[in-house]
Amino acid sequence: MTNHKRSVVTGVLVTALAAVTAACGGDATPASSAGATAAAEPVTINVHTFGAGENFGYDAAVEKWNAEHPNIQIKYSNLTDRFEDVYLPQLLQRLQAGSGAGDVVGIDEGAMGLLAARPQFFTDLGEHGLQDRKADFPAAKWETGVNADGKLFALGTDIGGMTMCYRKDLFEKAGLPTDREEVAKLWPDWNAYLEAGKKFQAATKDAKWMDGPNTIYNVILAQEAPKNGNVSYFDKSNQLVLETNPAVKTSFDWVQRFSKEGLTAKLQAFTPPWTKAIKGGGFATMGCPAWMLGVISGAAGESNKGNWDVAAVPGGTGNWGGSWLAVPKQTKHPKEAAEVLNYLTGKDGHIAAFKEAGAFPSSLPAQQDPEVAGLKNEYFNDVPTGEIFSASVKDLQPVFLGEKHAQVKTSVEKVLEGMDQGAVSYEEAWSKFTAAGVKAAG
Amino acid sequence: MTVQLAPAPRQAHRKRTPPQRRMARFDLRGVPYLLVSPYFLLFAIFGLFPLGYTLWLSLHDWELAGDKSFTGLANYTELIVDAEFWNAVFNTVGIFVLSTIPQIVLALLLANALNKRLRGRLLLRLGVLLPLVTSVVAVAVIFSGLFARDYGLFNWMLGLVGVEPIAWQNEKWSSWIAIATMIDWRWTGYNAIILLAAMQTIPKDLYEAAALDGASARVQFWKITIPMLRPTIVFVVFISTIGGLTLFTEPVMFEGNPQMTGGTTGQYQTVAMFVVEAAFRNYEMGYASAAAWLLFVLILIGTAANYWFTRRIGGSR
Repeated sequence: MTNHKRSVVTGVLVTALAAVTAACGGDATPASSAGATAAAEPVTINVHTFGAGENFGYDAAVEKWNAEHPNIQIKYSNLTDRFEDVYLPQLLQRLQAGSGAGDVVGIDEGAMGLLAARPQFFTDLGEHGLQDRKADFPAAKWETGVNADGKLFALGTDIGGMTMCYRKDLFEKAGLPTDREEVAKLWPDWNAYLEAGKKFQAATKDAKWMDGPNTIYNVILAQEAPKNGNVSYFDKSNQLVLETNPAVKTSFDWVQRFSKEGLTAKLQAFTPPWTKAIKGGGFATMGCPAWMLGVISGAAGESNKGNWDVAAVPGGTGNWGGSWLAVPKQTKHPKEAAEVLNYLTGKDGHIAAFKEAGAFPSSLPAQQDPEVAGLKNEYFNDVPTGEIFSASVKDLQPVFLGEKHAQVKTSVEKVLEGMDQGAVSYEEAWSKFTAAGVKAAG
Repeated sequence: MTVQLAPAPRQAHRKRTPPQRRMARFDLRGVPYLLVSPYFLLFAIFGLFPLGYTLWLSLHDWELAGDKSFTGLANYTELIVDAEFWNAVFNTVGIFVLSTIPQIVLALLLANALNKRLRGRLLLRLGVLLPLVTSVVAVAVIFSGLFARDYGLFNWMLGLVGVEPIAWQNEKWSSWIAIATMIDWRWTGYNAIILLAAMQTIPKDLYEAAALDGASARVQFWKITIPMLRPTIVFVVFISTIGGLTLFTEPVMFEGNPQMTGGTTGQYQTVAMFVVEAAFRNYEMGYASAAAWLLFVLILIGTAANYWFTRRIGGSR
């Protein structure tokens, strides 16, 4: 072939390629210019969240906003029920790629350290006037939303608090008290919880006292961390303290004891068999931060209404979980996105989410609102959740979570599951646990 | 191709060619390249480029949406002493052996049976291909249910003969058996059909001659069918090698969550899962890329071994 003809062929291919590229790009270009020029045209703000059951509980809040704001329409999508291993990797890829992330994104506490260390990806909310919201939040919730550059990048949604959920019908069959006051008296501390478990297990064959190792592990860790300098796996300079922090060892030891006594159903939290067991009565108790109520009611369904109830947790208060909302820098509508974020993290958004998903407000004005304080959860036999969680979060201590908290958490919890299921021996468990944590942090 | 294109006279180049002639020449010589180009173009974009880019990434400490720095071969030196990586290699090879050997044997027996005069032969032949039509995910979901600890069919059946329920995900041997079962259920029929096609090309007179000499059906199978099938068996092993070394979907679905750890202590984590775990659970893209390249090298070694094997069989015939 002559050179001339080769260039013809190449020319054809280049043209074809250009046409393909143009076709791909054609969609985005007019949309972005429209958003920049004409504010009168309705703007769609994508709100992306995660979570099982009722997740963030924004359906009602979004409906209300959309009715009142014809120019800014919220499109609310809950992307997945899994945070660490589905939502977060996807979010990071989209941040890196520069497109595809929502205009407002939900972030779980486990990844706040990671994302605070990446200020380049998020809009400075201070530029949109949200700096004024400081008085609305407890100091810890606010500080976590400030990134490595000292800019505000995320505002708090819910807060965990801590209670213990229990299966009333299973308790009755095992001859244990069912009234939530009496149940609370049954377990003032974890030792009493263990004894009650043994009693339950002696009377029950086809159900276990607790789900698996990791829900209780997280509950105890949340209680112990404030007693040890408010840190869990990392200290405040992001050094791994997993091996030396007594909070971690204490939590580990308790879980090991429960497992050795045969009190666990050996289930892995947030998997289909676990969900099935919540519904089918596979276990009797489970640590319950406020958001867990939404997970349970979502998983157990209407047929189990009244079977689950809520009592005080052994060992006092603590915080497990809770989330934030942020605006990625790649958004085409930072101003409108910040407005939506301001609404959802505002008093009304918090209250709506609490009603819908049981997610307890971190917003102080919302907490003080009589509507929250007086709210009862119908699904759990009208338990006064407002009163219980208000008390639970009152003296809450902020726990620092390092940049690689999510990775370390996943790795060490795997070892606990292995120990519970018998793949890791009880003797080796602690050394494997610390080794896994060190590797994940490295 | 043996099709003769128009003779290319040398003097054609010398003259000024009129446009029609030029178009005709382009039609003959240029268009074939144009027609095959989409494949090579797509291969370059989705095959070669990722291969090269992965190599580039593997020389970096490259955090997803984070810091990036050139580290040379550090990822590789870390990887070859990483016990978890070799555990993944061991699992991958183990599951491959555990699934492929019974699979080929079963496929041979099945093909031999289908090669006989049977009632409803076509229906039976179609039947063994049926599992291939179902999606891998569907197969894995169903089998994970069958192998479930609490309400699984296999544990229920074992319970009938007094065996305690097995937590299939918990041990290497039990998880490997479960995963190998999924693979075999899906692929045995496919291999059987390929072997059957090869069997039908074996001349009938060989069997007739053997029968006249008094060879039993069993002897005929071992002395005629198997030797004549060797090249096809090697092909089937080839395909299974590539599939086996990149095994991913079945163990992921079997785990029941997308954590990619292949069980609590990596009982059934394959190399492909190891790569995804490093890249999208620990966000170490560089390390994952290095692992992907080592997997590539492993597949090359496996294929080279097979090639050597083929040559030997060719020589002995």
